[in-house]
Amino acid sequence: MNLTLKVWRQKSANSPGRFQDHTARNVMPDMSFLEMLDVVNEELAERGEEPIAFDSDCREGICGACSLVINGIPHGGNAGTATCQLHMRHFHDGQTITIEPWRARAFPPVKDLVVDRSAFDRIIQSGGFVSVNTGGTPDANALPIPKVDQELAMDAAACIGCGACVAACKNASAMLFVAAKVQHLALLPQGKVEANRRVLSMVEAMDAEGFGACSVTGSCEAVCPKQISLDFISRMNRDYLKA
Amino acid sequence: MHLDAKPPSGPLDKKWEKHQLEMKLVNPANKRRFDVIVVGSGLAGASAAATLAELGYHVKCFCFQDSPRRAHSIAAQGGINAAKNYQNDGDSVRRLFYDTIKGGDFRGREANTYRLAQLSVNIIDQCVAQGVPFAREYGGLLTNRSFGGAQVSRTFYARGQTGQQLLIGAYQALSRQIGAGTVEMHPRTEMLELVLVDGQAKGIVVRNLVTGEVSSHAADAVVLATGGYSNVFYLSTNARGCNVTATHRAYKKGAAFANPCYTQIHPTCIPVSGDHQSKLTLMSESLRNDGRVWVPKKKGDKRAPDQIPEADRDYFLERKYPSFGNLAPRDISSRAAKEACDEGRGVGPTGLGVYLDFADAIQRLGEGTIRERYGNLFDMYETITGESAYQQPMRIFPALHYTMGGLWVDYNLMSNIPGLFVVGEANFSDHGANRLGASALMQGLADGYFILPYTIGNYFASTKPQKPSVSHPEFKKSEENVRNQTKRLLSIKGKRTATSFHRELGKLLWDKCGMARDEAGLKQALKRIPELREEFWQNLTVPGDSGEFNQSLEYAGRVADYMEFGELLCTDALTRRESCGGHFRTEFQTEDGEALRDDEAFSFVSAWEFKGVDQAPVLHKEPLVYEEVKMTQRSYK
Ligand SMILES: Cc1cc2nc3c(=O)[nH]c(=O)nc-3n(C[C@H](O)[C@H](O)[C@H](O)COP(=O)(O)OP(=O)(O)OC[C@H]3O[C@@H](n4cnc5c(N)ncnc54)[C@H](O)[C@@H]3O)c2cc1C
Ligand code: SF4
Ligand code: FES
Repeated sequence: MNLTLKVWRQKSANSPGRFQDHTARNVMPDMSFLEMLDVVNEELAERGEEPIAFDSDCREGICGACSLVINGIPHGGNAGTATCQLHMRHFHDGQTITIEPWRARAFPPVKDLVVDRSAFDRIIQSGGFVSVNTGGTPDANALPIPKVDQELAMDAAACIGCGACVAACKNASAMLFVAAKVQHLALLPQGKVEANRRVLSMVEAMDAEGFGACSVTGSCEAVCPKQISLDFISRMNRDYLKA
Repeated sequence: MHLDAKPPSGPLDKKWEKHQLEMKLVNPANKRRFDVIVVGSGLAGASAAATLAELGYHVKCFCFQDSPRRAHSIAAQGGINAAKNYQNDGDSVRRLFYDTIKGGDFRGREANTYRLAQLSVNIIDQCVAQGVPFAREYGGLLTNRSFGGAQVSRTFYARGQTGQQLLIGAYQALSRQIGAGTVEMHPRTEMLELVLVDGQAKGIVVRNLVTGEVSSHAADAVVLATGGYSNVFYLSTNARGCNVTATHRAYKKGAAFANPCYTQIHPTCIPVSGDHQSKLTLMSESLRNDGRVWVPKKKGDKRAPDQIPEADRDYFLERKYPSFGNLAPRDISSRAAKEACDEGRGVGPTGLGVYLDFADAIQRLGEGTIRERYGNLFDMYETITGESAYQQPMRIFPALHYTMGGLWVDYNLMSNIPGLFVVGEANFSDHGANRLGASALMQGLADGYFILPYTIGNYFASTKPQKPSVSHPEFKKSEENVRNQTKRLLSIKGKRTATSFHRELGKLLWDKCGMARDEAGLKQALKRIPELREEFWQNLTVPGDSGEFNQSLEYAGRVADYMEFGELLCTDALTRRESCGGHFRTEFQTEDGEALRDDEAFSFVSAWEFKGVDQAPVLHKEPLVYEEVKMTQRSYK
């Protein structure tokens, strides 16, 4: 199939961006979306033109690097998958596809479809950890943990830090990301000890980074490649009020 | 070049303890005067950087991704081994050690491997304390599975996302230190040169991938935790960004590269679907616990799998290896699949695939159980191929997965260059000629949490802090190298992209130096690679500029290194005239087609010294001395 791509091109953080049309030819249904872009980029490079910059690494939905808004939806709208797991069999010949970067004040642009998500790292640095040093820890089985708690913690810990939740939110709120980390740790006895301190400092860091407020519309949950549940936000709100 | 592995004396199980006692300590107040550079933020790098900072050193950490949390370690699925013996099924440190040495086909260093097995136990405690949500039983205790051919259940896991959870644990520990100001983190920064001053590793030169700025960083020691080189083959299960640049450039500065030909092929990956393929996706090996591998008995049997009756199927692993069956080690299973395909019995559109069939398991255990065990893997398979493995068998094919070779290190994880330490997949490490499933995560974390932070102290205690200034001529010279190489890459303005060169090199290596190797093929590759390299430097095209975010330029630099490194890989494979573990020379096999070692002639580590790009490297041998283990022929019959 052949496709028309309307791609956001922006030379650098300080230069203005615009949509540019590119054509993707002979696209096969088994290609992933990023492989389709690779092919377009090869053609551009062969012509001496600058390829479209985008982030990706693992290409299997776990590193959280890939980050494209496709036809208005972060990660392209297939439930529970990241951009790199989207395959071309979901598109049809002659289709026009718009491709944009994550857009949020706290994610400044780098180039084309690449943005700076280091705000997420700084939120984790503010308290998204258990304060233990290496060594001197008790035997791993010293403290039994109910399977339901561990499973729920794992649901939250599955977050890949991609930022789609922010990109989907009309307020560019990072609540789902923050709640996932806060709950992953608060649900486990090891993390409970400093749960109050953690939630306070992480929420404060989130606000300081310029992420918006949460109005619980649920658009974040809908695009999250790991289907992190909105319930974690209400749990976090409770913990926050208690703290 | 002098290679002294420095294994401590005494009985195996006492060596590390003894060494710990004998190592000199750095006074706590002095530690902050030592600067350490850690390149890499995967399991090995993040755990090392965090622990070094906890101990009081001043750390700078670098990675090329936009966040340390995205290092390739994140993608590990299956699990991590530890000799906890929680299942009371006869596991022990000694058994894990022995399995690892035997699995590595007796080409690993005994003392290191024993220490790895000992430390495995601490890793699990550490990770649980950090909040890693390992799978548990209803009683609240940790659960285990048997993995990759092990006959005991010693593998800890967090659904199919063990690497992710372990890395997030290490990333969080690292983030805590970054927040505390003890680690300075440099994401989107690529190390391009190692800097030596008076023969000691004293810093690196990096390129800021956003601005293109080239700068120097000095330290008292440099730790490389930059991962493996599977991507020299172009297609592998590794993340796209994984590359050999850091270790290759250290090699060019004098670090010995050990056993480059020990590469591991993983038997259960989704087959290639076309030329556009950018990477291969691994399906966790745990699938082999319940899936049965087969191909049609007849050549060219194009019937749909459900139309092929039992009598016309060849469950070749069960047939050839009755006691291990579908769980035979990775190299054996991979080669068996290749043989079936070479015989024309491969399945799928390309004929390069074999079935992994769950029909029996579903009948025996019910679809619910299979869904519970492998649901996410089946979903992943369906996302990629559009096929449901509940209804029809998966198609799988081997792919490059892991590299046992790497920079040579001694018992202290220090290379032959004083002050250059190497941890994780980047070193040649503890796995010999073949790594067991779920042992890479274990090694990366043992190196980073429990070994390097202490052995580096011993190095510091015997040297004075003497970080040179970055205006030292050696730094300036290395910066010039980087700028010149960049200029050179951009100025060729030829016709072929870096991708097209990489793909051609990768295919050549896969054909001649992949699952099975022979003298004639290796010689062809060794003739072809220099030609290809020359064409690369004459006909490459790299769009864009150096003073900006330029992914084509980053990539071209990595491919330039593959063009040299591929040659070293083949040279090592040609020199090792035996088969062992992941290195299979067709000339050296038993009557049953098993790898045939030559212990008389080849029980040594091959450590290569760089002599110039178009010069032959020089081989140095570290003899492998087994004090307690008796070498046997591996048999999985
Ligand atoms: C799909 C898959 C599944 C796996 N599953 C398992 C499993 O279940 N169990 C198991 O034990 N093992 C598994 N492995 C192997 C294991 O994941 C790796 O061996 C291990 O994670 C490597 O960790 P590392 O820290 O050494 O390197 P990596 O995680 O590769 O990290 C390398 C780091 O170095 C940085 N870097 C590299 N070069 C440079 C440079 N020039 N400049 C700056 N930074 C640089 C990168 O940014 C990155 O931070 C799997 C591997 C794959 C591919
Ligand atoms: S919560 Fe979901 S969408 Fe948000 S960063 Fe995590 S994985 Fe991405
Ligand atoms: S590239 Fe890693 S999640 Fe998409």
